[in-house]
Amino acid sequence: MPVYIGKRLLVAIPTLLIISIFVFSLQKLLPGDPILAMAGEERDPATIEFLREKYHLNDPIITQYLSWVGGIMVGDFGVSLRTNQPVLELIGQKLPVTIQLAVMAMILAMLIGIPAGILAAVYKNRTLDYVANVVALSGLSIPNFWLGIMLILLVSVNLGWLPASGYESIFVDPVRSLKTMIMPAFVLSTALAAQLMRHTRSAMLGVLSSDYIRTARAKGLSPREVILSHTFRNALLPIITLSALLFGELLGGAVLTEQIFTIPGFGKLTVDAVFTRDYAVVQGIVMCTAIGFIVMNLIADILYVLLNPRLRATL
Amino acid sequence: MSQTSTPTVPVLSVKNLTTSFLVDGDWKSVVRNVSFDVMPGETVAIVGESGSGKSVTSLSIMRLLASNTSRIEGEVMLNGRDLLSISEKDMRGVRGNEASMIFQEPMTSLNPIFTIGRQISEVLTRHKGMSKQEARAETVRLLEKVRIPNAQSRFDEYPHQFSGGMRQRVMIAMALASKPKLLIADEPTTALDVTIQGQILDLIKVLQEEEGMSVLFITHDMGVVAEIADRTIVMFRGDEVETGPTEEIFHCGKHPYTRALLSAVPKLGSMQNHAWPTRFPVVDMKTGLAVEPIEVAGTVEKGRTPVLSVKNLVTRFPIRSGLLSRQTGSVHAVENVSFDLFQGETLALVGESGCGKSTTGRSIMRLVDPTGGDISLDGYDVLRLDQVSLRNMRKSVQMIFQDPFSSLNPRMTVGSAISEPFIKHRLGTVKQAREKTADLLEKVGLSADMAKRYPHEFSGGQRQRIAIARALALDPKVIVADESVSALDVSIKAQVCNLLLDLQQSLNLSFLFISHDMAVVERVSHRVAVMYLGEIVEIGPRAAVFDNPQHPYTKKLMAAVPVPDPARRGIRRGISNDELKSPVRGMDYRPPVREYREVSDGHVVQVA
Repeated sequence: MPVYIGKRLLVAIPTLLIISIFVFSLQKLLPGDPILAMAGEERDPATIEFLREKYHLNDPIITQYLSWVGGIMVGDFGVSLRTNQPVLELIGQKLPVTIQLAVMAMILAMLIGIPAGILAAVYKNRTLDYVANVVALSGLSIPNFWLGIMLILLVSVNLGWLPASGYESIFVDPVRSLKTMIMPAFVLSTALAAQLMRHTRSAMLGVLSSDYIRTARAKGLSPREVILSHTFRNALLPIITLSALLFGELLGGAVLTEQIFTIPGFGKLTVDAVFTRDYAVVQGIVMCTAIGFIVMNLIADILYVLLNPRLRATL
Repeated sequence: MSQTSTPTVPVLSVKNLTTSFLVDGDWKSVVRNVSFDVMPGETVAIVGESGSGKSVTSLSIMRLLASNTSRIEGEVMLNGRDLLSISEKDMRGVRGNEASMIFQEPMTSLNPIFTIGRQISEVLTRHKGMSKQEARAETVRLLEKVRIPNAQSRFDEYPHQFSGGMRQRVMIAMALASKPKLLIADEPTTALDVTIQGQILDLIKVLQEEEGMSVLFITHDMGVVAEIADRTIVMFRGDEVETGPTEEIFHCGKHPYTRALLSAVPKLGSMQNHAWPTRFPVVDMKTGLAVEPIEVAGTVEKGRTPVLSVKNLVTRFPIRSGLLSRQTGSVHAVENVSFDLFQGETLALVGESGCGKSTTGRSIMRLVDPTGGDISLDGYDVLRLDQVSLRNMRKSVQMIFQDPFSSLNPRMTVGSAISEPFIKHRLGTVKQAREKTADLLEKVGLSADMAKRYPHEFSGGQRQRIAIARALALDPKVIVADESVSALDVSIKAQVCNLLLDLQQSLNLSFLFISHDMAVVERVSHRVAVMYLGEIVEIGPRAAVFDNPQHPYTKKLMAAVPVPDPARRGIRRGISNDELKSPVRGMDYRPPVREYREVSDGHVVQVA
C-alpha cells in the first residue's frame, strides 16, 4: 500500500505542473492590468513603471513563471498586489473556514443523499422512490441564495434558534461554531445530496439486478443483509468517486452562500482577487484548490483499492 | 402426466403453476399450468428453448422473482409445505436451506468483494446457527467435497482468483452447505467449456448420490438431459408439452415439438456414414414429421490453389504491468498455426476457451495484428498490406460474429446495415445497393420489405440471418464464422446451419467455421482443426478426425461432449478437476519445436 500511495503521488507531480502552467498563462491572457487597478486615478507613467518593476511584471514571462513556481516549492505563493499580505497568509486565514464548511456540508449531504438513494432503489417505481426523486429535483433546482435567505428568515429571525450570520472558529467555541455553520452547510448540501441520491440510486439498481444478488437472495439472506452488505458495498465505488469530486468543488469556496451568511471563506477571497486582478492571490487559490482535488482523488483511489479485492491484487 | 404412483412422497410437487409478469400494465402469463413431481433422489430435467419459461419456473418455485411485477399462482409443495402460501420470512428459511439453487453464470454469480469462504459460511451461519469458526471448518470440508484443491488455503480467496469451472464448484458447495433436499440447477454448465461441463455434471451426479438429494435440472441441452435426467419435462412457450421418463421422451416423444426439438439436436457421431456435410433434418413443429436430411454434394475444389493459406501464424499479446508498463509476459494466443482453405470448403477450428481459435480468425481479418507468419488470401499478402489494400482485401473475407444482438447497430435499419459495406466500397449506386440488399435478404430467407425495419424487431435467428446477409454484401470468397450459431436455440441453430450450407453450395463460399460445438462441427465441415493452447494439435478430413482421433486432447474433447442418447445416462468420466491451461507465458518462454506425423491422407497430428 505505501508503495501504491507513493506511486500515485509521483503521478500527481506532472498533473500539478500542467495546472500551474495553465493557471499562470490564463492570467496573462486575460484582459485587465493589475497595475492600472492599483494605480487608481493617477495613471502616472513613472508610478506605473515603478510598480511593474517592483512586481517583476517586466521580466520575460518564462522568468516570471519560474520564479513563481520556485516560490511555491518553498511555500512562498507571493504577495497580494492589493494588500501586500503574503498570499499564503491570506489563504491560511480563509482555508479553515472553507474546510469546516465543506466537511459539514459533505457529511450532511452523505447522511441525506445515500440513505435516500438506497431507499429509492429498493422501492423502485413506488411512492418512496417518487418522493425521493421529487425532493432531489427540488434540492437541485432551488437556488442556494433563496434557500439561505428563507432559512435565515425562518430559523433565525422568526424562531431565533440559530444565529443568522457570523463565524466562530471551531477551536475557540465548538458549539457556537457548529451553530453558525449548520445552516450554510445545509444550504450547500442540498444540491450535493440530490446528486448523491441519484448516483446511489442508479448504482444500487445496477448491483441489485446482478447475478450475485440473486445468489445472495437464493441463499435465504434477509433483505437487510442483501441490501446493506452484498449490494451497498458493491455500489460504493461510484459513490466514492462522486463524493470526492463534490468535496473538491466545495474546497473552491461557495461565493453566494458565504455572502449570505457573511462567512469569511475562500469564495469571497477569490471573487475579490479576480475583480482587482490580484494575480498572485488568484493563482495561489487555484493551486490550493487543485492540490485539494488531487488529494481527494488520491483518497478515492485508495478507498477503491481497499474495497475492491481485484484492484488490491494488482498492487 | 405419466406419473407412476410410488409409495414415497415427492420432495417437490408442483401443481398448476402459472406465473405472470406485469408488462405495460397488463398481466402476461409466461408459464401456464405446469405440474410435476420430483421424487427423493430423483433427477428431473426441464428442457426447452429460450422463452419456454423453464427458468421462470425454477425462479417461481424459489419465489425469487420481483414481487411487485410478477404473480405466481398454483401450488408448490416442498416436503409437504406449500411454498406459495407461506410468508416471505418463512420463505427465507427455505431458500438455501431446504432447497437451494445454482445458476448459469458462475463468473457473475459470486459477489466479487467477498471471499468465497465468507460467501459459503454465510449459509451456515444463517441457516445452521453455526459460529464463525464452525462455519469455517465446515466450509473447508465442503470445498474439499466439491474437489477444490488446497481448500484450506483457498477459503480466503476472492472469486476473481478462480476459473469459471472452479467458481461453479464454489456455487455448488454453497448450495449443498445446508444439506438441502432439493437442488435446483438452472443451466449450471451452459457457460462452461465442454471438458469442464463434463466435470461439473459428474460432480453433481456423485454429490447427489452421496447426499441423497433430488435435483431439478433446467437446461436447453438435450445431450445434458440424456446424460443426467431420470425424467424429463419439455416446455414450449410457457406450456408443459410433454412429461415422461427420459428414454420415452427421446425414443417415442408424442408431441410434435418434442420430436422437432430432438431432430434439430446435432448428435456427435451421427455422421459416420456421411461423406459430405449434411443438412439438419427439418421437422414441422405442428406435425412432427421430419424431412430427410440432404447431403450437400461436393463443393470443394481441391485442385486449385487454396483461397486462404496460413503459414506459421503467430499472434501474441503483450502483458504489461507496473508504473512504466514494462512487458512482463505474453499471451501466446496463436502459436505457429498453418492450414489451407480451398474454394467451397468448410474448415472448422474447434477448441475450448483460450485455445486461440477466435484470435486466428481475427488475425486473418487483420482485426488484430499478428506477430509473425504468412497469410495469403485470394492473392493478398494479408500481413503486409497498407491501409488501402487492407480495405480492398476485406472484400474477399467477411466475418459473422457470435452475438446477433450486439453485432447489429440498433439505430440503423437492417437495410442500411446490409448495404453499408456495398456503398462504402463504392461497388455501385445507391439504387444498386438497394437491389442488392433486397436480393440478399431473400437469399438468407427473409423478405425484401424487411429492409426498413430495425434490429430490435427481429428474433435472434433472424438477426443472425441479417448478419449473414451483411457479410455477403461484398461477395466475399471466405467467411470467417466465429461461433456464429453458438448463441442460437437448437431449432434456430439447425436452420442457420442449413442456410450456411445452402449458401456454400450456391455461392461456392469457403467457411472458416470457428466453434466449440463438436456436434455442429461434425455436421457442417469438410475438414477439422483442433486447437489447444494456441496450436493446432490435430487437423484432417472431418471423418478421419472424428472417427479416428489421435491426439489425447482431441480424444478428451470428444469424450466430454454430452450425446443426446439416454442410453448414456449414468456415464461417468471419472472425477477430475483439471483446469484449462493458460496460454500466458513469461518473457523467457520459447515455444517448443513441434513434430507432426501423418496418420492418413491429410490427417496430421502433433507428436506429443
